[in-house]
Amino acid sequence: MEHVVFYFFAGVSVIAALTVVFQSTAIYGVLSLIVCFGAMAVLFFQLGAHFLAAIQVIVYAGAIMVLFLFVTMLLDPESERFPSNRLVKTTILALPVAAFLALLLLQALAESWPTLDVGQEQTGRIETIAAYLFRDYLLPFEITSILVLAAIVGAVVLVKRSD
Amino acid sequence: MVPITHYLMLSAILFALGALGVLINRNIISMFMCVELMLNAVNLAFIAFSRFLNQVDGQIFVFFVMIVAAAEAAVGLALIVLFFRDKSTLDVDQANSLKW
Repeated sequence: MEHVVFYFFAGVSVIAALTVVFQSTAIYGVLSLIVCFGAMAVLFFQLGAHFLAAIQVIVYAGAIMVLFLFVTMLLDPESERFPSNRLVKTTILALPVAAFLALLLLQALAESWPTLDVGQEQTGRIETIAAYLFRDYLLPFEITSILVLAAIVGAVVLVKRSD
Repeated sequence: MVPITHYLMLSAILFALGALGVLINRNIISMFMCVELMLNAVNLAFIAFSRFLNQVDGQIFVFFVMIVAAAEAAVGLALIVLFFRDKSTLDVDQANSLKW
């Protein structure tokens, strides 16, 4: 059962990622990226990271992708066509590069890792995460709050500039 | 139990697909989406290691990656809107003002 769930959602995420990469209209790319993030949220849940699965759905598929959707609809990228001969040339050059990168990563990651899995799923519980976040990682957490504030102010200042 | 290597292989495939998308897409929004895909592939590897080494630190890192991705998406999309206002196109090849 666990294997079936993993391979099904892994296949869904890879197919959705392929659609994101090779789509011709950006709006379909946004929608299939949401599907990809949803499938990955299932994998996170399967790995016991319940809190992060919820955050993946709420923050990624919910907030960030809605932002993408708004900007895509606002700017209407379908109104322009990109010259196709240049696209073919870049694709021919980029495919071997990406294949090499994939082989390199697979080679690096596919060695036999020690499996220390002890069966219980304590690590993804929200109490555990909160304890680590507010005890061991308190300073990085506070610094990210400053980062988010700077990002909000920066985005508003950039877009509101009226000239 | 699905072995950790399968999660890592999925993560590597998704990362390479994201890199391919950044290389072949000329639409700036599509490129940005492929960057998000790469970030998510790395998150999957972090969570797989966190599960199989039974440590929480990987999940904390994923949390921080998500926060940074949200901040990056906000600023990046603001920059895309500015770029579109300036050039009336989403083609990244038009962003060549620094090139002589």
